[in-house]
Amino acid sequence: MEQIVANGLYLGAQYALIALGLTLIFALMNVLNFAHGQMYVLGGFVTYEIYGLLHWPFVVALIASALTLAVLGALIERFLFRTVIRRSEREESTMLLAAGVAYFFDAAILLLFGEKQRGVRKIVMGVFSWDNLILPWDRIVVACLAALFIVAFILMMQFTKPGRAMRALAQDRVAAQLMGVPVEFYSLLGFALGAMLAGLAGGLLVTITGVNSGIGGPISIKAFMMVMIGGAGVVGGAIAGGFILGMLESVGLSVLHAYGDITYLVIFAALLVFLAIRPNGLMGKPWG
Amino acid sequence: MTIARVAAAAAFVLLVLVAIPLAIAAAHRTDLYYTLSSVALLSIASGGVWLTFYIGRINIGQGAYALIGGYVSAVLVTTYGWSFWLSLPIAGLFCALASVVVGLPILRLRGVYFAMVTLVLTEVARLMALALAVTKGAKGITSIPAPGAISLFGLTLLPAFDTFAERNLAFYMLSTVMMILCFAALYRLVNSRLGQLFAALRQNEELASSMGLNVPALRVLAYAISSFFGGIGGAIFVAIAQSIYPSSFTVNDSVNFMLNCFLGGLGYVFGPMLGTLVLYFGWDLLFQTGEYQLLIYSGVLILLILMLPNGLFSLRLPSRRGSQ
Repeated sequence: MEQIVANGLYLGAQYALIALGLTLIFALMNVLNFAHGQMYVLGGFVTYEIYGLLHWPFVVALIASALTLAVLGALIERFLFRTVIRRSEREESTMLLAAGVAYFFDAAILLLFGEKQRGVRKIVMGVFSWDNLILPWDRIVVACLAALFIVAFILMMQFTKPGRAMRALAQDRVAAQLMGVPVEFYSLLGFALGAMLAGLAGGLLVTITGVNSGIGGPISIKAFMMVMIGGAGVVGGAIAGGFILGMLESVGLSVLHAYGDITYLVIFAALLVFLAIRPNGLMGKPWG
Repeated sequence: MTIARVAAAAAFVLLVLVAIPLAIAAAHRTDLYYTLSSVALLSIASGGVWLTFYIGRINIGQGAYALIGGYVSAVLVTTYGWSFWLSLPIAGLFCALASVVVGLPILRLRGVYFAMVTLVLTEVARLMALALAVTKGAKGITSIPAPGAISLFGLTLLPAFDTFAERNLAFYMLSTVMMILCFAALYRLVNSRLGQLFAALRQNEELASSMGLNVPALRVLAYAISSFFGGIGGAIFVAIAQSIYPSSFTVNDSVNFMLNCFLGGLGYVFGPMLGTLVLYFGWDLLFQTGEYQLLIYSGVLILLILMLPNGLFSLRLPSRRGSQ
């Protein structure tokens, strides 16, 4: 039992980090970032190259992952999304663009890094065991790092000037602009930050689960689910959704194990029922 | 309907049913029958997606209904020995029914929420096909017999597909005739009173509701028609491929259905047809580029969106077919 809860918490911290980036981009730009999973994969591969192949320190690799994705995110916002949002008659066009970007990333990642499953050596050796709870130390470190990033992100959103500006932007774009918030700059910053969070999550998780070029799509779907559980565009919702999905997965895999591979089917079905009762998730605001 | 529109429609039907088969026969490129049948069937499913766009919902779940329709037809034909022709409408109706049950709760969601739920729906369909006994899990259903003959009062209206010299030509005819029927129905629908009500839903649901429209019933109706198209497309696809697996229609297909609509243009009834044709052939043409296929394809896609964010039909071709 303790083992299941511990696994759930560990998964939840990872998932929350992924969902945060997605929900941030959605809140600021009203864009559903299909390429989020691919950004995560890219972050994982950057860390694999620097930490796994070049044998540089893990911290350097993690920073490199974050910076690469932040720059890419900024470029994508500046040259793709901003243009399409300005020219398009219907805002749904950004979804098409996001899907195109996701395909492009998939192809580029496959060409650059190949289709093999890649892993790196452990960042910390040893196993923590207490009573009947057994957890490898590296999982604990990674979960703590993820929690640290989440806390740092929340603090930044709450107490710094860019954080306030982005929250204002999420609430009402026009009103924020009228109050003198440079909305274009903060959209760019927000997109870069969202991409950076995906890159950080990828860099962290490559040390445990490894990475391969095909997992981008499934990661995106998981991120969508977390955001739906918690409510789109709400920071607290993304975190709650991440931990809930992590827990469900951990519990489901151990309880439903006997009935075959149906954990995700049950989770999906539960999600549909939940959304029928609470269409906006736990904390989301009504849409439209 | 003006005379010019009737003439354009007639020209299109002649082109698809007469000119293209003749050209293919003359060029000895019989492999194109299969490709074009696929395009026709995918555009039927995309047409359904287009209708949900028309009521203002982003539908990334058509793959689920294509898969369900395919399985319904396959199970009826192989396990119960039904005729394919009977299983086809049943597959469509089954999907419509399923979409009413699923749609009543989830159509309350809007925008990105609805998009994400429908995306999840595709995964649900795939996982159910893997888990259920009747779908035979990952092995799928294989060696499905080709459509048999249709006879009425002992008179054979249509011979069995196995007796055709060029079986793919028969499938091509079936697919394109269905495509023409579906899009004619879609065109008629959009230009009817019901179509105007659907457009009202897209513009403002609260306002439509305050005018006395039964909004929940209308949007479920649109969603059911959309899923009916998906089921029909999937069922014929399975008949051509003669097999179906849980991976026959995946999230990627659902996303592609949506892309087809976007690329053709959301404001034009025939957009999905053009979008499907361009995307499918674009993908095939890039096959020679080998490992760079997806890179070039997605790169071109991004460029197209940048330059034509409102779809190919927004180029305002002189012979623009479309409504609105």
